[in-house]
Amino acid sequence: MIRLERRPNPSQVWSYLTPVVALIATMIAGGAMFAALGSDPVEAIRLIFWDPLFGEFAFYYRAQILVKAGPLILIAVGLALGFRAGIWNIGAEGQYIMGAIFAAAVGLAFYPMEARWLIFPLMIVAGALGGFLWAMIPALLKTKFNTNEILVSLLLVYVAEQFLAKMSFGALRNPDGQGFPGSRNLSQYASTANPEVIAGTGAHWGVIAATIAVLVAAILLSRHRVGFDIKLMGVAPRAAAFSGVIPARMVILCLGISGALAGLAGMFEVTGPAGQITENFNQGYGFTAIIVAFLGRLNPIGILFAGLLIGLTYIGGDAAQSGMGLPLAAVQAFQGMLLFFLLAFDLLTQYRVRLGKAGVAA
Amino acid sequence: MGAEITTDLLAVHGVTKAYPGVVANDDVSLAITPGQVHALLGENGAGKSTLVKMMYGLVKPDSGHMTLGGAAFTPTDPRAARAAGIAMVFQHFSLFDALTVAENIALGMEHPPKPRQLSRQIKEVSETYGLPLNPDRTVGTLSAGERQRVEIIRCLLQNPRLLIMDEPTSVLTPQEVDILFATLRKLSSEGTAILYISHKLEEIRALCDAATILRGGKVVATCDPRSQSAREMAELMVGQSFATPARRAKDTRAAPALRVKGLSAARTSPFGTTLSDVTFDVAPGEILGIGGVAGNGQDELLNALSGETRTQGDQITLNDVAMGGLSPRDRRAAGLCVAPEERLGHAAAPTLSLVENAFLTADTRKILSKNGFINWSAVRAYATEVIEGFDVRTPGPNTAAQALSGGNLQKFLMGREMLQSPTALVINQPTWGVDAAAAASIRSKLMAMADDGAAVVVISQDLDELLEISDRFAALNAGHLSPARPVTGLTMDEIGLMLGGSAAA
Repeated sequence: MIRLERRPNPSQVWSYLTPVVALIATMIAGGAMFAALGSDPVEAIRLIFWDPLFGEFAFYYRAQILVKAGPLILIAVGLALGFRAGIWNIGAEGQYIMGAIFAAAVGLAFYPMEARWLIFPLMIVAGALGGFLWAMIPALLKTKFNTNEILVSLLLVYVAEQFLAKMSFGALRNPDGQGFPGSRNLSQYASTANPEVIAGTGAHWGVIAATIAVLVAAILLSRHRVGFDIKLMGVAPRAAAFSGVIPARMVILCLGISGALAGLAGMFEVTGPAGQITENFNQGYGFTAIIVAFLGRLNPIGILFAGLLIGLTYIGGDAAQSGMGLPLAAVQAFQGMLLFFLLAFDLLTQYRVRLGKAGVAA
Repeated sequence: MGAEITTDLLAVHGVTKAYPGVVANDDVSLAITPGQVHALLGENGAGKSTLVKMMYGLVKPDSGHMTLGGAAFTPTDPRAARAAGIAMVFQHFSLFDALTVAENIALGMEHPPKPRQLSRQIKEVSETYGLPLNPDRTVGTLSAGERQRVEIIRCLLQNPRLLIMDEPTSVLTPQEVDILFATLRKLSSEGTAILYISHKLEEIRALCDAATILRGGKVVATCDPRSQSAREMAELMVGQSFATPARRAKDTRAAPALRVKGLSAARTSPFGTTLSDVTFDVAPGEILGIGGVAGNGQDELLNALSGETRTQGDQITLNDVAMGGLSPRDRRAAGLCVAPEERLGHAAAPTLSLVENAFLTADTRKILSKNGFINWSAVRAYATEVIEGFDVRTPGPNTAAQALSGGNLQKFLMGREMLQSPTALVINQPTWGVDAAAAASIRSKLMAMADDGAAVVVISQDLDELLEISDRFAALNAGHLSPARPVTGLTMDEIGLMLGGSAAA
């Protein structure tokens, strides 16, 4: 008989090992799924995990991985802070959109002025502010009226999407665009462009920002009172109140930080890889970042690796789609498996598996 | 029930039960005769619960066996134990606040009779055994003593042959204890055996015919409590002799440090108690004991003092500085430290380490962070200081709070507040679940703190404890606090009246 027994202390070893075990299990189960679809599983796994890193076109793919991973990490780091405190911002996608719109609006307002030293920093501020303000809606509703931040933040994603469409057809539309929807291309306008900082690596300013966010969050969580309060509120809300943590302030802080970081991610995306505000600007980074946050064990350094891994499965998944004709749904299911196995194996950090009858220890 | 040979009702023969890392029961034998009131004595962790759980079918022994009425007795679950005639009243009640007495009792029955019939049965039993109880009252409105009656009546309706009672008097007033004892004596005279688990030795001497004393999972003695002194039994239980802490010499009372004036606070849960017009003060060097049965406003009072509930500023003052509107951290900085009753989840975060839990309240006074940046080596040093100073048994400071036994965690939490040398210290249930030796050590440390000039408030349900350490005593009843009176010269009857809310001043 298999029994689960609660560990007195959470296992350190397993908290590092579960992502690896989950990855292996995903490869096995995913391979089986690809085989059932009639594709060669080894080939598919190699195409997804190996070729983008070490294959013939790795120089191109590697840069693409960073482009994908940058916004994921930036958003996930912010989300993880809230998740640690038990504050569930599910609407990063909306905050990401609003950040992009705010930033684009500021940048376009200056067009065609040449003053990168002024405009680009202003756009960074505007991007963060857009995401922050959008996140303040669920935050204030929660602190004033005790609404559920999960629902409010999620539903505001759809509001933001409508607003995005309105902007790309309306106020932000390129006046020289012959009536096509979408804004001017910000990446082609020197004052607003977000180019690669080091050519050929894919590392644009968003990737730099993500790296800084990871470091700051790691220090905050391990060395600062605010990080301690966040963790405390997540594991023992009453003990947090006893310690002196004020829940409403934490809600504002956590939603504010995650909103601002999502907004920043939107800003770097719209000025770089996306280039312009269009109706289809958002590609689900805000939702995928939730997976990244959990895959990284809500730990900033873990999120760095998780973001790169998910970026890899995106790029590799695209390659597998085009190279082997795998359906998009199969690739998405594969990514879903990763989260599923991670959460399943996560049990092992808190519990140990015992076979047979309870043993007698001396 | 003396020396004559009677058939044992329940006999336990050499049972052993081991858990990973600890042998909870080691070759334990015990015999209970019909109608006997048998005391089971022992400190926390002595193995009382494990033994009783085996009798009640919750735990299976690794070896050894039991007989009930001469036949082999191997209950597989509590239902089987109940069917065999064993009933148990737990220390922590399992009642639904929102349901009535009768509904609660019906929930615990295999085949409940019709509501009206059940109400009649409840009334009959409650009258027969002198346990006044209205079957239609909502449990949420009952006192702890009345809740216990619900549990007892629930058991009596099964006509048990053996009634197990786990620490039944810990929540009762002296008057309620008298009623309970009268009931138990009547049951015993009718032939129901009672296994009475307690560490209150005077009670056991007053009530029980026989006693089995457990220590470290083994039976260390079987005796007749009526012919033993409480001290002898205590030493058997603890395995060492220990001195009662010495009382301090009385001085003239200094000007109060902590004043609470006209404090009112809303209840913190639907079945909590609203505090109304609570007034008291404590001088440096003084211990004020606040007694009262649980649920009479202790939690609300503690939350108001800790800062988890804010009140009007001047309702709470420390050395004439208004505290009522301050946050918990500001209060600590000003010198008011508080220790709540509930260890896991309120006083401490279960999954965090002792180091992190030390930081939880000690940051401000011990200056463990600068500009918000935590000095973990200083925190670790403080946690170690607490662990060493209060004899906390733990593998190390990085152990999670939930991995410690209740008593050890309590010692840690007491130490965490006391070593911050507060001006005023408020503690709810300082020795709840702590073994006798450690409880004595916590009490003497509290007294030493007061001697060094701290103003101490101890909220407790353990009257013996309050009378031992307090200079003055007040009782909390239904959210009202009686005027505080000097402990010297206070009689048990007067205390009972204070606890009952009588306005005798």
